[in-house]
Amino acid sequence: MTIASAELPFDLPASYLTERQSLLSWLLTIDHKRIALLYFASITAFFFIGGFAATLIRLHLVSPQHGFLQPDMYNRMFTMHGIVMVWFFLIPSIPATFGNFLVPLMIGAHDLAFPRINLASWYVFNLSGLVLLYLLLMGGVDTGWTFYTPLSTTYANGYVVAAAVAVFINGFATIMTALNFVVTIHRLRAPGMTWGRLPLFVWAIYATSIVMLLATPVLAMTLLLIGMERLMGVGVFDPALGGDPLLFQHMFWFYSHPAVYIMILPAMGVISELVTCFARKPIFGYTGMTYALMAIAVIGFFVWGHHMFTAGMSVFAGIVFSLMSFLVAVPSAIKVFNWTATLHKGSIGFDSPMLYALGFIGLFTMGGLTGLVVATLALDVHLTDTYFVIAHFHYIMVGGAVSAYFGGLHYWWPKITGRLYPEIWARAAAILMFLGFNLTFFPQFILGYLGMPRRYYAYAPEWQVWNVLSSAGASILAVAYLMPLVYFGWSLLRGPRAGTNPWAATGLEWQTPSPPPEHNFLHTPVVTVGPYHYDAATRGGIAQNGAVCG
Amino acid sequence: MAWVPFWPATSAVSGGVVNSLFVAELGVCAAILALVFGLIWVFCIKYRRTAPAGRAVPSQRSWAIEIGWTAATLAAFLGLFVWGASIYVWLYKPPPADLEVYVVGKQWMWKIEHPGGQREIDALHVPIGKTVRLVLASQDVIHSFFIPAFRVKHDVVPGTLETMWFRPTQTGVFPIECAEFCGTQHAHMLGEVVVMEPAAYARWLTQQGPEQSLAQQGEALFRKHGCSGCHGANSTVHAPSLAGLYGRLVHLSDGSSVRADERYIRDSILLPKKEIVAGYPPIMPSFAGQIGEDELMKLIAYIQSLGPKEPAP
Repeated sequence: MTIASAELPFDLPASYLTERQSLLSWLLTIDHKRIALLYFASITAFFFIGGFAATLIRLHLVSPQHGFLQPDMYNRMFTMHGIVMVWFFLIPSIPATFGNFLVPLMIGAHDLAFPRINLASWYVFNLSGLVLLYLLLMGGVDTGWTFYTPLSTTYANGYVVAAAVAVFINGFATIMTALNFVVTIHRLRAPGMTWGRLPLFVWAIYATSIVMLLATPVLAMTLLLIGMERLMGVGVFDPALGGDPLLFQHMFWFYSHPAVYIMILPAMGVISELVTCFARKPIFGYTGMTYALMAIAVIGFFVWGHHMFTAGMSVFAGIVFSLMSFLVAVPSAIKVFNWTATLHKGSIGFDSPMLYALGFIGLFTMGGLTGLVVATLALDVHLTDTYFVIAHFHYIMVGGAVSAYFGGLHYWWPKITGRLYPEIWARAAAILMFLGFNLTFFPQFILGYLGMPRRYYAYAPEWQVWNVLSSAGASILAVAYLMPLVYFGWSLLRGPRAGTNPWAATGLEWQTPSPPPEHNFLHTPVVTVGPYHYDAATRGGIAQNGAVCG
Repeated sequence: MAWVPFWPATSAVSGGVVNSLFVAELGVCAAILALVFGLIWVFCIKYRRTAPAGRAVPSQRSWAIEIGWTAATLAAFLGLFVWGASIYVWLYKPPPADLEVYVVGKQWMWKIEHPGGQREIDALHVPIGKTVRLVLASQDVIHSFFIPAFRVKHDVVPGTLETMWFRPTQTGVFPIECAEFCGTQHAHMLGEVVVMEPAAYARWLTQQGPEQSLAQQGEALFRKHGCSGCHGANSTVHAPSLAGLYGRLVHLSDGSSVRADERYIRDSILLPKKEIVAGYPPIMPSFAGQIGEDELMKLIAYIQSLGPKEPAP
């Protein structure tokens, strides 16, 4: 927050926040920025619901022999944690909030291509959320978020169909958002905003949207078949009805593995913006970064079988899926190398967004490397369905995606709200989140190699020490997640005005007032340079010839 | 590695092999981590905004660097892939078994049946140094038979038979866990492998005192369910003889052929229309719903016991 920025020298129009004030003007808004805020509100609520379930799980595991959760309740809690965090927080997290807010601003457009579809997606999302809350209040579901058959279709005693309906409806919100982004990025770029000048965040949202459009329908079909088998006894997955349980796993993971990339690609986009801005350097290997994003999106569709190495798939299929899983790790590694190389000869500032970005790189690298371990066939035989896998994907999903989400929130907060927040508290939360995260999930790698299976509400006594450490870390993490609520809340009411460009950043979104006016730009910008014309050797950190008309 | 507190003991041939791979892979990961984290720390300190470091970037030749590290990463990853895959193939291509044990998983217990007819629940007694092959069946949902100390695991899938094998190298008691979530008491679907010296194992077998071996029990079922009426030696029905069937290559009416393993025999009983033997009419009725997983295991053991020369009863 050290770089001051002059206000624009003419009278500002009212911002998108103050243009209209009635409740109806929010509920019926077709402004992408307001819809982004509506999504922020919804997913924040779900983040804390999912976090509450995780809290109960970790509390219970401190001392399971004193069991304050009954087995059925424990099973419902981890199922709810998974469903809420995957579909109601992580998948919409960055695309529906920052994607919604920033894609039009970053490409110099006045809105998304289909503003009404955008608003409709928020209502569809909340409708699915209501179904989810209904089933939570009715008593939940106990299949795990993976709905494995025939447990889910024949044996589970929870509200499986309600859960399937919630996730089914949720998918339509995802598809609407993705469709909007693809069309917007193709059709609404400002003059001079070529594909080679798109910010990497926009590239990441583009790659994510394509994965969403292609994968989500398969999930819808799978859930429909679950409902048909459970309600009508149509034998698709249950062998007692002539079905094949492995067919379910193939269909489920054909969606759910690409879904991992739906969660992490936008995070990679955010990190590219943060690292360049706070290192005052153009991204190292822009073209390579765009190819890596697209390669992950494409290869990510051909690795689903690595969830099934011990499930009774053929050995040959196992070998092919292992090979593809190693291949998809290569573009991820390239991205880590490129971020690191971007730091070289930079002028690095450690403002809170950058702390999250550096934390992301570290945790994502850990998650990626342990991903190699579980992609290795012989090791996966031992490690699959143990806490090693839990630790691995939380390093990617929480250490990666959630860190990037918070990094983005701190970076664009001044743009979204027009106000600054207390930097010292923000840095403290970032560091606490990093430490708490590692304390929570690193012991789980050890538990996994020791052989503790996932989804166990009780465990052998010798594993208690690692579980207690993990729960201790989770309590730190919980505090760290609550802190931003407090200082962001303060900032909303009392925070100093941010000005147009508090970070002296280069993107188009920083060329318009904070908060932006309803139609984003006073004049349609004309783009003449690439997205990251930073120059670490220059005072102020921006290349002199890098002017962008506003 | 007993001195490392979190290093679990390995007690089977597979354990050592998997451990070496794990250690090697941790080494590779640690090297990459050290490289990336080291560079990030160095850059963050050297190029912090207040430091007076030289920041003029020479003309970029980044493509050469990028191709270089992409190739290096790819090579390292492919190496790990090949190592892991070769062990996996070894784990999944079992050596000739000294002992074959049937395992039936159901919510929330493991039922074990030995070839001699001995039965146990949530315990599996085996002799040291012998190759044990497990034939896995599930009566309800998917379970997963996991012996952490041996580093082996295999899902137990209803509607089919899966197999796994291990060769214990150490006597003692080792936990069995269900690794695939299977409902309310999943965390209590536990058991133990008891690895014994051969003499103690032989004593244990006789102490169990089974009245009949698994194959003998299967033979009784073979008559009871009327299988012998068609597949018996004196039958006039045009049905294939089962003598010497097990392990043989069977030619099917659609021109393909299939190895007559446990899965094939199971499917032939429950889904007789699925794979029809060449030259025979598809007249066999399905026994789905009439024969449970336990009885199927016995029938399979019986058919397995029919030697090549021996005429079917």
